[in-house]
Formats: sequence, structure tokens, C-alpha cells
Amino acid sequence: MNNILAITHKELKSYFASPIAYVVIGLYALVYGYYFYAAVRFFERQSIQMAGLGAGTPAVNINEQLIRPVFQYSMVVFLIVLPMITMRTYSEEKRSGTMELLLTSPITDFQIIMGKFLGAMGLYASMLGVTLLHMVLLFWVSQPEWMPILTSYLGLLLLGGCFMAVGLLISSLTKNQIVAVVATFAVFMMFWMVNWIAQFMSPTSQALLNYLSITGHLEDFMGGVIDTKHVVYYLSFIAFGLFLTARSVDVERWRG
Amino acid sequence: MIEVQHLTKQYGPFTAVQDVSFKAERGEILGFLGPNGAGKTTTMRVITGYMPPTDGKALVAGYDVMEQPIEAKRRTGYLPETPPLYPDMTVRDYLMFCARIKGVPRTDRATRVKTTMERTRIADVATRQCAKLSKGYRQRVGLAQALLHNPEVLILDEPTAGLDPKQIIETRRLIKELGGEHTVILSTHILPEVSQTCQRVVIINKGRVVAVDTPENLTSRLQGSGSIYVEVDSMGADAQTVLASVAGVTGVTVSEKHGSATGYEVAMVADHDVRRELASTVVGRGWGLLELRPMRMSLEEIFLSLTTEETESTEAVQ
Repeated sequence: MNNILAITHKELKSYFASPIAYVVIGLYALVYGYYFYAAVRFFERQSIQMAGLGAGTPAVNINEQLIRPVFQYSMVVFLIVLPMITMRTYSEEKRSGTMELLLTSPITDFQIIMGKFLGAMGLYASMLGVTLLHMVLLFWVSQPEWMPILTSYLGLLLLGGCFMAVGLLISSLTKNQIVAVVATFAVFMMFWMVNWIAQFMSPTSQALLNYLSITGHLEDFMGGVIDTKHVVYYLSFIAFGLFLTARSVDVERWRG
Repeated sequence: MIEVQHLTKQYGPFTAVQDVSFKAERGEILGFLGPNGAGKTTTMRVITGYMPPTDGKALVAGYDVMEQPIEAKRRTGYLPETPPLYPDMTVRDYLMFCARIKGVPRTDRATRVKTTMERTRIADVATRQCAKLSKGYRQRVGLAQALLHNPEVLILDEPTAGLDPKQIIETRRLIKELGGEHTVILSTHILPEVSQTCQRVVIINKGRVVAVDTPENLTSRLQGSGSIYVEVDSMGADAQTVLASVAGVTGVTVSEKHGSATGYEVAMVADHDVRRELASTVVGRGWGLLELRPMRMSLEEIFLSLTTEETESTEAVQ
């Protein structure tokens, strides 16, 4: 565990020593903040309208009509910023020769991978942390339900974990950071689009594709439900990605 | 301490190292000598557990580097060809990180890093970023990294490459100090480095070991029957025939001429020192004896003869 944390610590330090952490967090904060502002203005107008219609109309729900769409739409930024988090994890170590240091130190490949994964998750979590500020504001002026918010964060962390696992794998395959970032983006995009494509398919393949969709599994979390089906999907996705990363590092060793 | 047994490493169809075996005893400094591309780095990478061998095995302190990698790596310090530095870390942060992943206990880390920095003379750059270090400092930070956890075995891949002459002397002195308490394998293609620092030499060429011995033994062994250089001022007389008639001499060739004096290379029967007879013959004739010395092959010549011989024989096979 100490070895894993040593790597995590190093990873986080190098994120914040380079511009990557600031670009990632800054970009997300900008887009999320902009969208949040627009959504709040819209929600405000809607509330006033509803109130004007008087009794009998359904009450507005801040969780369903504000927080959920803001989370969902701002997730598009993930496609661009998450590949930046993982692009250099392995590529950079391979290019600068520090891979030799890690692989000849008394630590296992698994510890290196977990350390890097947790480091990337740490940066991702601090990126999500920006949104807590907006949440505090909402709790200040209104009374949202906090359970769906909590499950949304859990879902977002799991979703991010999948992206980090894919990103680590792709980074371990190349020395070139640009290749890593573009390839990771393409793979993310595919998992993202899978349920758009599903609608053109036969019912069987539609069900299959919908199950593969990385964002589809987030719906229940956003609605405040933790379904083990989705948790299992995300966790096995992450485990498989990390397993393939371990294989890829091992293959590199044999090949020399 | 270090044992390499029938090591073979192939990269696809290319064989980098073939059936290499050697041992290094505790406290020994073993020189690993060979031209560029001979397989030195590959062999070292196998010993440090960076890559697995295609065949054969390597043991460090009795631990098989493939079977018990953690135990073996805990006892190994490795300086790769390019020092593995993180450009955005300061030297101290870098060494603290290395100490941590090499299993130095938390309470010892700060003092260990400090003493190692002093030992490798990098204390003055402790707060500088690794990216901004000169080549000489990079190399020494790399060496510090290898020494941090006080390993029993040190594997140094061309530790003096890129240093200036003063730094080279300092680094060699440090390596000599390290022998005794550590077992050191030192790869290089600089020959004087081997004769100055190493107790034994493994010469490798085209992936095969061509010789293992002490620098002195290699020198005397390759001398064969040996020869003597005599410079005589024979005042016009035919010294060559006279010298050839001395008992034990098998051949005389002219090698140099300086004015009236001529230098001869005298070949002789093995284990038969003819220096006395040569001297008395020359003096008895009333000639001037200007120089008389055994001719030794330098390590360079041995190295060249070994590696070129090997080249010819492998080419003949192909």
C-alpha cells in the first residue's frame, strides 16, 4: 500500500507541477460554470412561470430540472480533458527512461498501475471538486435533496474510473503523448456514441449496445438510485482496463 | 553475489546476448567491457530484472531475478545508461521518492538522502530541478539514486559517460570505494577505466563472452610466448644475425631505426627469459645497449585482438 501511495503522490505532484492539472480543472470549471449559470437563469424563469400558474401545477424539482441536466451536459468536457489526464502516465515514463527506475525498484507492476490510476483519479476528483462550490450555493438558496447528488457524484467517479483505465492502457501502448491523447479521445467517443448508434440496430444488438454504453449506466445514479448492475458494469470495466494495462507493460518488458 | 547462467536474449529474430555466463564475488568490481552494441546493456537489464531473459537465468544474492524479483531488486542498485530522472522534480524530492519506492524506512529517508547526496557530491544542487542539471550532475544524481538503499549489488551502465575528466576521476574513485562493501558490475567501452577500477574483466562481443580474467592475467596471457624490445647501436655490424643466434631466441625483426641505433623485436621461447643473454651478447661485442624491455600488450590491443578474432570466426561460420 505504501508503494502504491508513493506512486500516487508522485503522479499528483507532477500533475500540479505541469500545466496539465490547471488546464484540466480550469477548462472544466469554465464550461461547467457557464452551463450552470445559464441553467440557473432558465430554472429561475421556469419557477416564476409555474408559480404564476397557481395551484394544481406540478412543483419544480431542483434535482431533476437543474442539477441533473447540468451534470449531464457538462460531461461532454470529459471527452476532451480526461484524455489529457492519462496521456503522459506511461508515455512520459517510457520516453524519459524513468520506466527503467520503476521496473527495477522493489515494487510490483500492479502497485505501479494502481498508483498511477489513483493519481489520475485524484486529479479527476479535484476537477469534480470544483462543482461542490456550486452545490454549496444551491444548498444556500434552496433545499435540494442530497441523496441523488451523492449518488451522482459516485456515478461520475465510477464513469471517470473507466475513462482513466482506458487512458492508462492507451498511454502504456505508446511513447508519444499526442498519439495517446488522440487515441484515448477516439475510444472515449466510441463508448459515448454507442447508444446513439443503438437506435439504428435490431432489438437484440440494440440491447447489447445499450448495455455497453458508458453513459447509459449513469442514468440511475443521476436519478438517485444505486443499482448493483451498473456498479458491476463500471467496476468490471475498470478492472479489465487495468488488467490489460498490466499485460501491455509486461509485453513491453518481454519485447525489450 | 551475482551469477549469470547461460543467459540468452533475443529481440525477435535478433540475438542480442547468447549463452553468457559469469560470476561476481562479494565485494568485487567486475568490468564489463565490449564495443557498442555488444550486449552489455541487455545483460545488465536482465540482471536488474528490467526484462526477462529468453533463456538462462540471473541470480542476485542468491535470488533468481525472475522468480523472486522483489527480493532481488531490493538488493540491487542500478544506474541505467541515461539517468532515469523526473525533469520537473527537484533533486531532493526525486531522491526522497526513490528512497520511498526502494523501501528505505520513513524515519531514515531524510538522513539517507542527505548522506548519499554528500557522498556523490550533489548536495549543492539539492533544490534544483532535475531538468536544469548539467550532464555531469545528472549522472551523479543517477548514481545517488542507485546507492540510496545501500544495495549489496550495484549495476552501473557506463557511469562515466559524458563527464569531464575531473568528474571521471572522482567517479572512478567513488566506485573503487564502493567495491569491498558492494559488489559492482561496471560496463564501459573505455579501456583504461577497466584497468584502473576493476579487479576482473568480462569482455563481451556480439553477444558472447570472449574472455573473463583479471586485467593483468589478460595482458600476460595474450602475450603468448612474449617478446622483448632491444635497441642496439651496433656501429654498422649485423646485429640481427647475432641476436638471432642467442639461445632461446626464435626470431628477430627490425621494428624501429633511430640514427645509427636500431630497435629489434626479439621473439623467444615461452618461460625462457633471454634478457641476460641478450644484454651480455650486446655488451660483449662492444656495442651500445640503449634499451631493453619486455613488450606488453596494452588492454587496447588485447581488446582489439579478441574482438576482431571473434568477428572473423563468426563471419566464417556464417
